[in-house]
Amino acid sequence: MEEVPQGCPGTGSAQAGRGASCQGCPNQRLCASGAGAAPDPAIEEIKEKLKTVKHKILVLSGKGGVGKSTFSAHLAHGLAEDENTQVALLDIDICGPSIPKMMGLEGEQVHQSGSGWSPVFLEDNLGVMSVGFLLSSPDDAVIWRGPKKNGMIKQFLRDVDWGEVDYLIVDTPPGTSDEHLSAVQYLSAAHVDGAVIITTPQEVSLQDVRKEISFCHKVKLPIIGVVENMTVFVCPKCKKESQIFPPTTGGAEVLCQDLKIPLLGKVPLDPHIGKSCDKGQSFLIDAPDSPAALAYRGIIQSTCA
Amino acid sequence: MFACFPLESAGSQQRLGSSTTCGPRVSELTEAGNLAGVQHIILVLSGKGGVGKSTISTELALALRHAGKKVGILDVDLCGPSIPRMLRAQGRAVHQCDGGWVPVYVDQEQSICLMSVGFLLENPDEAVVWRGPKKNDTPPGTSDEHMATVDALRPYGPLGALVVTTPQAVSVGDVRRELTFCRKTGLRVLGVVENMSGFVCPHCAECTSVFSRGGGEELASHAGVPFLGSVPLDPELTKSLEEGRDFIREFPESPAFPALLSIAQKVLTEAPARVP
Repeated sequence: MEEVPQGCPGTGSAQAGRGASCQGCPNQRLCASGAGAAPDPAIEEIKEKLKTVKHKILVLSGKGGVGKSTFSAHLAHGLAEDENTQVALLDIDICGPSIPKMMGLEGEQVHQSGSGWSPVFLEDNLGVMSVGFLLSSPDDAVIWRGPKKNGMIKQFLRDVDWGEVDYLIVDTPPGTSDEHLSAVQYLSAAHVDGAVIITTPQEVSLQDVRKEISFCHKVKLPIIGVVENMTVFVCPKCKKESQIFPPTTGGAEVLCQDLKIPLLGKVPLDPHIGKSCDKGQSFLIDAPDSPAALAYRGIIQSTCA
Repeated sequence: MFACFPLESAGSQQRLGSSTTCGPRVSELTEAGNLAGVQHIILVLSGKGGVGKSTISTELALALRHAGKKVGILDVDLCGPSIPRMLRAQGRAVHQCDGGWVPVYVDQEQSICLMSVGFLLENPDEAVVWRGPKKNDTPPGTSDEHMATVDALRPYGPLGALVVTTPQAVSVGDVRRELTFCRKTGLRVLGVVENMSGFVCPHCAECTSVFSRGGGEELASHAGVPFLGSVPLDPELTKSLEEGRDFIREFPESPAFPALLSIAQKVLTEAPARVP
C-alpha cells in the first residue's frame, strides 16, 4: 500500500510532482510527467474484472446508525437463499467495518492466490470481502488518510477474485466521503445498477438523505430507491405499536413523494434483528415469519426487480 | 463554564461549504483567549454513527444547565450538524467580532451557547462533496480532522472524552476502535455512556432490549474505563429534540431523565474546581 507524503497536492492537481511536499516521494517523477492527470488505468481494469458480475448495487445512507450494514447483510442473505444465485458482499466501510461481525465471520483471514484475493465464503454462493478481515485485532483503529483509503477500495474492486457473480452488494460508510467517491470513480466504466438509500423516519435522518440524493445526482449514480428502517416498534408483550423515532416531517414516504423516488419499503424495529446481527446470523432465518422479515423480503424483491 | 464538543467518529465523512479544512477552522474557533473563560472541556465521541452522540451532548448540556452551570456546545460535526435543530437555532447568523466568532445563545438567560459548523454551511440540502488533497496545506482524511480537533483543544487541558455507544456488538466493535484512538492521542476517557438502552412500552410498561443488551458495560469493563450509565430510548426525547424543546424541563417523568441527570452528576464530580 503506497504511502503519500503530507501535503500531497493530489496526483491530478496542476502541482502534482512540482510541490514542495513532492520532494522525496517515490511517485514524484511520475506525477511531474503529467501521468497523474491521465485517467487511472485501474478504471478499465475494474471494468474488465467486473464483467463477470451481472448486477452491482451500492447501499448508502446519509446518517450513521440507520441500519445500512444490516440491510446489506440481509440483502446478501436473502438473495443467497437461492443456491443458484451467486452473491458477493463488499464492505468498503474502512473505518467501521461491521460486515464481518454481522455475517459471523469475525477473525476470518483473506487469502491471496494467482488470480487475486479470495473473498471469504460464508456459503458456496455467498462471498464476503471487508477491510475487517485485514485487521489483526478488533481493537485496531483504522486511521487512514484519504489516498490510502482510495488505494484500498481500488484493490478491493480490482484484485478480488469474485468469479461469476449475479449480485455484488457494496456496503458503504455513512454520508458522502472519500470512500464513496472512490467507489463511484472506479466503477464508472463498469455498469452500476444503482443505489439503495437507507433512512430512519426522523427529520434528522431525512435531512442527511436529501444530501445523499443530491450526491447521487451529482455523480450520476442512479437511485433504485429508499428504505425506511425502524419504522414502528411492536411490543412483544402487548403487541401494540409505538413509534420510537417519530416521523415528525412525514418520514421517508413524504420525502420520496416530494423527490419522486421509489420507496422500496418500510421495516419495523424488531429486537430480533439486533440479536441476530450480534450473533452473526441471518435474521431472515432466525425469525422468518416476523413482520420485519416479511418486510425485508418484499424490499429485496423490489430492489432486484 | 463547561464546553461540550461532540466529535464525529474518526471514520466519518466531511461535507464543507468552502475549501477550508476542519483543523484550521477549529483552531479559529478555539483561538487563544476564546476558551479562557471555559473551565472544563468535554469531548463527546462515538466511533459509530447514529448512536446519539449529538443527542447526548445536547442533553448533557441541558442537564448541566439545570445544575446551575453555564455551558457552551461546539458542534464540529461536519457531516450532519444536527445540534442547531435540537436547540431550535437553525438558520441563526453567526457574527464575528474583534474577539472572534460570537456563539449563538439559545436561551434567554444566556446559559447555553452554541457554535456549530451548521451555521457556517451554505445550503442545508446540498451535498458538498470534498475530496482531497486540495489546494490547502493540511491533507484531508478523517483522522486528520479528528486529530486536528483534539490537538487544537489540547492546550486547554480537556477534562476528557465521553464515549457513546449503543448496546449492540456492532456498535461496541466500532467504539473499541475509538477508545484505541483516545489511548493513542493521550485523551482521558471519562467513561462510556450506553444509549438506546431498552425501550419501555408506553402501553404496558414492558421494557424490551431493542438493540440487544449489555454492550456498554462490557465495553467499559474491557477497556478499563468507568461506565457512566445507560440511557433508555424515549420517543418523547426524540420528538423533543426534533422540535428543539427542553427535554429536561418538560419530561422529568421520562425514563431517560434519571439516567441523564446521573451522567451529568458523574461528569460534575470529575470536574475539580478550577481557578480561572
